[in-house]
Order: sequence, then C-alpha cells, then structure tokens
Amino acid sequence: MEAYEKLFLWFSIALLALLLVALAYTSFAMHVHVPGDAGMIMVKPGQTLAGAVLTTPPFDHPGLRQLGPGRYEAVMFGQAWSFYPREIDVPAGSEVTFRATSVDVTHGFFIPGTRVNMMLIPGLISVTSYRFDKPGTYLLLCHEYCGLLHHTMNAQVVVK
Amino acid sequence: MSTPVVYRTDEFPLPDSQRNLIRWTVYLGFAALTVGVAQGLAQALNYARIDLFHYYPGMRSYYEGLTVHGVFNAIVLTFAFANGFIALTTARGLGRPLNGALLMASLGALALGSALVSIAMFSGHASVLYTFYPPLQASPAFYLGLALIVISTWITSINIFLTVARWRREHPGARIPLLAYMSMMVYVFWDISSIGVAAEVVGMLLPWSLGWSAATDPMLGRSLFWLTGHPIVYFWLLPVYVSWYAMIPRQVGSVLFSDSVARIVFLMFLLIIPIGFHHQFVDPGLSPGLKFMVAVMTFVVFIPSLLTAFSVMYSLEIGGRRAGGRGLLGWFFALPWSDPSVCAQILAMLAFLLGGITGLMNASYEMNLEIHNTAFVPGHFHMTVGAAVALSYMGIAYWLVPYFEQKRLWGARLARWQAWIYFVGVLIFARGMISGGLAGMPRRTAIALVSYPIPESWKLAGILVGVGGALMSVGAVLFFFVLFMTTFFSEPAAITDIPFTSTYVGPALEGWQPRLDRLRIWIGLAILMVAIVYGPFLVHHLPPRVVSMPFRAY
Ligand code: HEM
Ligand SMILES: [Cu+2]
Ligand SMILES: [Cu+2]
Repeated sequence: MEAYEKLFLWFSIALLALLLVALAYTSFAMHVHVPGDAGMIMVKPGQTLAGAVLTTPPFDHPGLRQLGPGRYEAVMFGQAWSFYPREIDVPAGSEVTFRATSVDVTHGFFIPGTRVNMMLIPGLISVTSYRFDKPGTYLLLCHEYCGLLHHTMNAQVVVK
Repeated sequence: MSTPVVYRTDEFPLPDSQRNLIRWTVYLGFAALTVGVAQGLAQALNYARIDLFHYYPGMRSYYEGLTVHGVFNAIVLTFAFANGFIALTTARGLGRPLNGALLMASLGALALGSALVSIAMFSGHASVLYTFYPPLQASPAFYLGLALIVISTWITSINIFLTVARWRREHPGARIPLLAYMSMMVYVFWDISSIGVAAEVVGMLLPWSLGWSAATDPMLGRSLFWLTGHPIVYFWLLPVYVSWYAMIPRQVGSVLFSDSVARIVFLMFLLIIPIGFHHQFVDPGLSPGLKFMVAVMTFVVFIPSLLTAFSVMYSLEIGGRRAGGRGLLGWFFALPWSDPSVCAQILAMLAFLLGGITGLMNASYEMNLEIHNTAFVPGHFHMTVGAAVALSYMGIAYWLVPYFEQKRLWGARLARWQAWIYFVGVLIFARGMISGGLAGMPRRTAIALVSYPIPESWKLAGILVGVGGALMSVGAVLFFFVLFMTTFFSEPAAITDIPFTSTYVGPALEGWQPRLDRLRIWIGLAILMVAIVYGPFLVHHLPPRVVSMPFRAY
C-alpha cells in the first residue's frame, strides 16, 4: 500500500478512537445520561392499561410535588392527544424530575431547548430530570406519532 | 494484471424472459417512487406551513400520506430495486442464468404484497407510518402485505444462493467472482437482519390485527422492529455499494483497488447487525449499559464506511488522472461528469459524505438527546437514503433502463440536470431540516396544522425544507420523464452487456483470502452477535407484557 493510503487509514482509526473517548467522557465525567430503566406498570387481568396507570403510585396523583428546596417531581401521563397535567409551574433554578408514562399509545415527551427528550411507552415508566435556570414558557411536545391529532398534543412548563 | 469482477467477460447469457422479470421488478419500485415523491412534496410544503396534502384526492390526513411516503419509498422502492438489480448482478457475476420460476415468484409476492399494503393505506386503515409501532393498529391486509414483501426478498435470496451453489459445484476450488460475492452478501446480510421484523409482523401484529389476541406488547414490538429497522438501512445501501465498487470504476475508466478489501467491507456489515437499539436511546425499559454498548458498536460502522471511501476515492482518482486531471483536486473535475450515470452517482457519494457526518452526530448517545425525533433525523436520512441511495438508483437506471429496453438513453443532458437539481434540492432540504431539528422542530408532525404558536427559528427552517423539497420533486419528475422518453421514444440500440470493472489487486487462491468465501463461519458469527445483544434483552423482557389494546384513532 502506498504511504498516503496508510496515513489515511491511521487517520480514520485515530478519529474513531477520539470520538469514542469523547463519548465516554461526556457520559461518565459530565454526568449526561440518557433515560434508563425506571420501572413498569403492572396490568392485572381484567384491568385496562389506563386503569392500571391511574391506580399505580405515583400516577394516582399526577401533578407537581416539591421534594426539597429547589427540587420538584412532575408526575405526568400522556393520553391521545394531551398531557396531564397540561401545565407545570416552577420557580427559576428548579431541578425538575419528570416521571411519566402513557395510558394508550407510544407518545413522545420533548421540551425543545432542553435535554428533556424521551419516549412514553405503554407499560413502562420514563424518568428524566432537568434544571430550568431561564424563566419563560417552555413548550412540552409529543414528538412521536400517536394518531390523528398528534400535532396538537402539547403542554407547558412555566418557569417564573 | 487486473482481474475482472465477473467470471466470464466475453458474453452474458441471460435469457430474455429473465431480463424481463428483472425489468418489471425494478419498474415496480420506480412506480412506487412516483407516488412517494408526490407525497414528499406535500410533506415538505407542510414544513413551510403550506397545507397541500389537504387537497390531495382521497387523503384523509397528513399521516396517511406520510405512511405512503415511508412505505413506498423506503420499503417497496428499495426492496424492488434490490430484488431486481442484485439478481442481475449475481447472474452477471457468475455468467449463468438464475432460476426463472423463482424470479417470477419473487415478483409475484412483491406485487401482491404492495397491492395489499396499498389497499390498506389508501382506504385509511393503515395510517400507522412505516414503523407501525403497536398499539397503533392497521388492518390485517397491511401486515399481510408487508409479510409478502419481505417474503419476496427471501425468495430472491433463495434464487441467488441456489445459483451461487450451482456455480460453485461447477467450479470446484474457484473463488466466487467478486460481483457475485457482493451480491450474495447483500442478501445474507438482509436475511439475518429481517428476522426481527418478520417475528414482529407474523408472530405479534398479524394475529393481533385479526383479533386472535386482544392485547399486545409495545416495547417488544418496537425492539423487534429496530432489530431489523437499523440494518435495513444497509440493505438499502449495499446494492448501491455494489455499483460504487464494481461498476463506477469502469464507468470512469478506472479499476477497483482491491478484491479482498471489498469482500471484507461486505463481511463487516454482517458483524454489526445488532445495533438497532441506538434508535431507542431515549426509550425507558433498557439499561444504560446496553445503550452504551450499542453506542460503541455503532461507531464501528464507521470502519467499513471509511474503507469504502478509500476504495471509491482511489478508483475515482485514477480515472480522473487518466482523463488528464492534474493536481490535488484536478482529477475530480476531469471525471466523466457528462455521463449522467456517473454524474448522479458522484453527487450521491457527496451527499453520503454529509449524511455520514450527521449520522455520526445522531449515533452519539448524548447528542441524541437533543435531536431524537426532531426534524434533524429526516434531514440526515434524506442525504443518505433519500440522496446517496435514491440518486444512485437514478444513476444506475441511466444505463439499466437502456439495457432493459434495448434503446439508447434519451436526453443525457436533461438527465444530468436532473441529478444536479435533485442534489441541490436535497442539500437545501437537509439544511432546513437540520437547523429546524436543532431548534426543536419535531418530525412526523403536521406543522401546518399545529395548535401552538411556532418559534421563529422553525419558520425559516421550514421554508428551506419547502424550497428544497420542491426542487427534489422537480428533479424526480425529470427522472421519470427521461425514463418515459427513453422507453417510448428513443432509438433502438443493441445493448448486450452491463458495466463491470476489474480489480487492481485480484483475489488470491491461497492464504487467508479464500476464508472470506467460507460463509458458514461468518454467518455463525453474525448470529452470535445478534444473540449477544438481543439475548439478554429478551431474557429480561419476556414473557411478552401484553398491556395494550388496539388503537385506531387515525
Ligand atoms: C421529492 C423527494 C422527497 C421529498 C420532498 C421528501 C420529503 C420528506 C419529508 C418532508 C419528510 C418528513 C415528514 C415528517 O417527518 O413529517 C419525509 C420523510 C421520509 N422520507 Fe422523504 N422525501 C423525498 C424523497 C424520499 C426518498 C427518495 C426516500 C427513500 C428512498 C424517502 C424516505 C423517507 C422516509 C423513510 C421518511 C420518514 C417517514 C416517517 O417518518 O414515517 N424520501 N420525506
Ligand atoms: Cu402523543
Ligand atoms: Cu404524538
């Protein structure tokens, strides 16, 4: 093989290694994590999924609760074609943990401009958290196709 | 000293009946593309907030059209093209005919499957998009049709494997000619990859849509889908690689560098089948460890892509220099750009380069948090499947259709324009989609109809999508026009053969190289890899968690 071809190969391998290191670094050192396994909804025989969700804590009391100073948990579920609750209000600087699921089809759970981006899959619980430093009204969108009025499925996070 | 990639260079004994079956298979794919493009235009304008799909006759919703676009372009077109083109390259590689009955059966299954799927989609009973995630439920005809379409690819595989096996029996000890080897590997790869979606459709969704079971398991369905849904992109791409490796060098007056590098690239794809979980980075129910492992494996895809870039660039450079190109980049401009087949495919390669970069961004597990399910994703894959693959199909068609029709290509100049217009369109389209996606604009969304106020940044992005999409549509229409004129109004010409190249470093009969042809080991390894990734998931997940009743509100 000619010299510059070898160079090309080594360059590619080095680039690849660099990317892998960057990937490992961001996930371990910077604590950026994608949503993982956060439990499931048990559906008893004769029960519907919606029935099961609404009787499984904490989804029996959806809404916002304070966990500590500046820390909140937002318990939400998606149902074609809305989120419940439809609005979450938190003070600026709050760390909000979203715990969410779906009562029917797969929905998306996405707040543009943040790292909140996950799927709500029937029977599974999704969790992610984010610190809202900037005040404003954030759009919460369903970004997975969920039927006829999918494009109308949204909610708000109001940060004051 | 160069070695041809085919067994016999003198003649190509393919019976007319077989050539016709292959021809109709490819044409079925192009017919699907016409409908797919019409939908694509409406979708692109939708992002520019122009509600055109409303005026399409019979369309009930944006999502009905989007389902048609995904199914026709990404499944019917690509499978038809592979079934036809790769059957042809197998026959050419081995210099022997295929099995005519199997060609017929494959075309029959594909046509029947496409008809069933169309009936389901156009009657509004299958607006579930081409990913058909349960518990969105389509009518049984949709799943049955999909199953038949997959079966058509399996029939093609049987045909290819039987033909290769016969050839090997007739030529003991010989290396499989490279063109036939690559062709066969496309289908070995696909057969293993298709297990997931076959299990999902036949084992879960079809019985469920027939009402034999009441509830279904969305997470299992999704995971089985992506077991196939990721490697399917290489099933779209590999037939194009066959052209880039084995035909383009000849078309630019050059050779392929190395026989064994080409074989290794095709083998490598076999070993990286199970990375579909990278489509599920933001899914619940999967451990971060699994996600991280798959993220790392995903980067390995980079290696065969780089080897390909190297091989193809080598061929192009030699071709360009032989044509008098000088200097660092002069060879690039000296390439035969006036040949529409070459022009379209070089532009396709350029699009692939950009598509590959955005693909890397996609695959990085963290970046995915920003762009998962945003418009970034269609921005990325219209450069890959929408341009690298589709534009290469168009380039290939510029010699393939004349070969089918035994006519000269009509309007070479227009054909060149066609490729450029489509290419520029894709770049504008992708620029819009990518910037929109980075600003949080979701994909698969009837933006023209949303109920919330839209950020300014999406508006500009959307306009670029609309303009780019309109240009792509013009490019596509010109493509069909050139084919139409070639078929009906061009002069007859006797075209007895198809382009194929030679390799600078040919295959060796001794040493380690013949092991590349011993497929049993490689297939075993490929299946082992799938088991390593999917085994633990299945053990953890099973038995099926049937929590969801059918959902048909679309
Ligand atoms: C004139 C050419 C085309 C235009 C204007 C176009 C436009 C679009 C647009 C705007 C979307 C996004 C829709 C959305 O997410 O809401 C889309 C999706 C898609 N396109 Fe195209 N496209 C074209 C050609 C192609 C080709 C040639 C292929 C493949 C061979 C292709 C494959 C796809 C796929 C797989 C999707 C995803 C569908 C889904 O999300 O369910 N497109 N297209
Ligand atoms: Cu939704
Ligand atoms: Cu939705």
